[in-house]
Amino acid sequence: MTSMILNGERRAVRAAPDTPLLYVLREEFGLNAAKFGCGLGQCGACTVVIDGAAVFSCVTPVMLAENRQVTTLEGLGTAEAPGPLQRAFIDAQAAQCGYCIPGMMMRAHALLTRAPDASDAAIRAELEPHLCRCGTQMRILRAIRRAADAMRPRSTAEAGR
Amino acid sequence: MRTRRVIAGIGIFGLAAAGAALALAWRPAIAPVPPPAPASFDPALVRRGADLALIGDCRTCHTTSGGAAFAGGLPLPTPFGTLYSTNITPDPETGIGRWSEAAFARALREGVDREGRHLYPAFPYDHYSATSDDDVRALYAFFMTRPAVAATPPPNELPFPLNIRLTLAGWKLLFLHPRDLAPDPTKDAVWHRGRYLVEGLGHCGACHSPRNLLGAEVVSRAYEGGEAEGWRAYALGAASRAPVPWDEAALTQYLREGFHPLHGVARGPMAPVVENLAAVPREEVVAMARYLASLGAGSGTATPPLDPSSGPGQAPQSAGMQAAIEGAGTDLYAATCAACHEGERPPPFGGVSLALSTAISGESPRNLVNVILEGLPARGGTGQPIMPGFGAVLTDAQVASLAAGLRRRFGGGAPWPDLEPAIREARAARHLAARPAAAITPAMTPAMTR
Repeated sequence: MTSMILNGERRAVRAAPDTPLLYVLREEFGLNAAKFGCGLGQCGACTVVIDGAAVFSCVTPVMLAENRQVTTLEGLGTAEAPGPLQRAFIDAQAAQCGYCIPGMMMRAHALLTRAPDASDAAIRAELEPHLCRCGTQMRILRAIRRAADAMRPRSTAEAGR
Repeated sequence: MRTRRVIAGIGIFGLAAAGAALALAWRPAIAPVPPPAPASFDPALVRRGADLALIGDCRTCHTTSGGAAFAGGLPLPTPFGTLYSTNITPDPETGIGRWSEAAFARALREGVDREGRHLYPAFPYDHYSATSDDDVRALYAFFMTRPAVAATPPPNELPFPLNIRLTLAGWKLLFLHPRDLAPDPTKDAVWHRGRYLVEGLGHCGACHSPRNLLGAEVVSRAYEGGEAEGWRAYALGAASRAPVPWDEAALTQYLREGFHPLHGVARGPMAPVVENLAAVPREEVVAMARYLASLGAGSGTATPPLDPSSGPGQAPQSAGMQAAIEGAGTDLYAATCAACHEGERPPPFGGVSLALSTAISGESPRNLVNVILEGLPARGGTGQPIMPGFGAVLTDAQVASLAAGLRRRFGGGAPWPDLEPAIREARAARHLAARPAAAITPAMTPAMTR
């Protein structure tokens, strides 16, 4: 049986090892933030973070998450207590239909964790695998910039300790 | 007394030899000229030069991603160090604006710049040496009518003594020889045109032929496969290990469209090549394909020759319901790859059957590892198949197991002995594997020159 650390908690997976991680997240654990978009790893709506790296959960069999840290959007905060990235997306009103947003946020989360000082160009390049059909790309970029600025003093302070 | 005389003799001989070598190595500057007016060039000649520049892949090395066309500055990693491409726009101060046609011709064919400095053979003048006077004139007309951009590339990063350009004179003495392009009475005009382009401006051998320790192509082993920027450039012709042998029609389609259903997609450093060839007159690509096809085709490695049951559309497919395949590494294949590569979707949404992949049947695991790790990233604005990379979720051991399993199942060859180092190198060179899309296409379409 596959076992992974999902948003900080160790969870056993009942589904067969070749089941896409996305289905396990949504159907077995009720974590519905990651979306099914294309099922081909070409739109980004299903993106989650595994051990710090953004991955397409629709093309990742759950067996590859064995004993690894899987983070979904639910792991970044709650509606009552949103994390800084979620806060920034709300403040920037970056979601229109919202379908692509969880994937965008997870890739942005991976980027800002790895590179808190990411430039606008780096953010833009990093998000290239993500499609948004509403056309809110500029707001999304603004939200990520805002989140980066909000998170940086804290991470710099932490690094200094 | 006698010893002293011998030593003196040796000394004099040595000095004379050094002097002679220096005289051979020394190339004079060619006097600068006032930058010629763009309007002084015949537009038809400029148009012709644009096509030739595409065949020569000039923009591919002389432009950075997102940078001004032909302004140089692209880092070129070589086994000897990193070189930066030069500015070949007609800027009088930092480009080639003051170069006469004679200076341009000498640079192209002999690898010596206007000032008389030897150029490094990352610039493939060992191929460009075959370029005819007429074509040099057309290329000159094309470059002198480009927008001038003031830009100076970073200095090359080469260790001593390679940073001494005079050493290149010795390299040229050993390796820069005119290509034998004598007419072959058994071949037609199209073949001759193709040979001229492939051996000359197209410089296919620069990547597809092995190189010796001094970085020169091994002429006796031409097209037996080589290395290019962290990718394997497959063997062409008789040494090809393509599962389905190439022919002229397949080569033409692949070179023009970057994709062939029996061979897959051009990626890595081949991607910009096919983007360039997509924009040149079709008959030029047909000619190149005819010559390349005449080099032989290998015998194919698909055993049995392409199992039809493994092609797209044969296996029932939905995510999570994949082919059951026996053997270590193949559980990964079944769970991770088969949904697309054995699915019912046609390309570009489904992958080609891996039984067709030279990356798996080929002589080196490097391309397969690159693609597993990085996928086939989208190239801005081009209609090409794309594939997600799996480098973030697969451990090195899993990549090795998957690659070895694919080789066993589809490759028709002995296990690769160099799989682990290939994975380590590919991980270290991620930035190379996912070379970004060239953002220069719009500025460079031949229509610009009309």
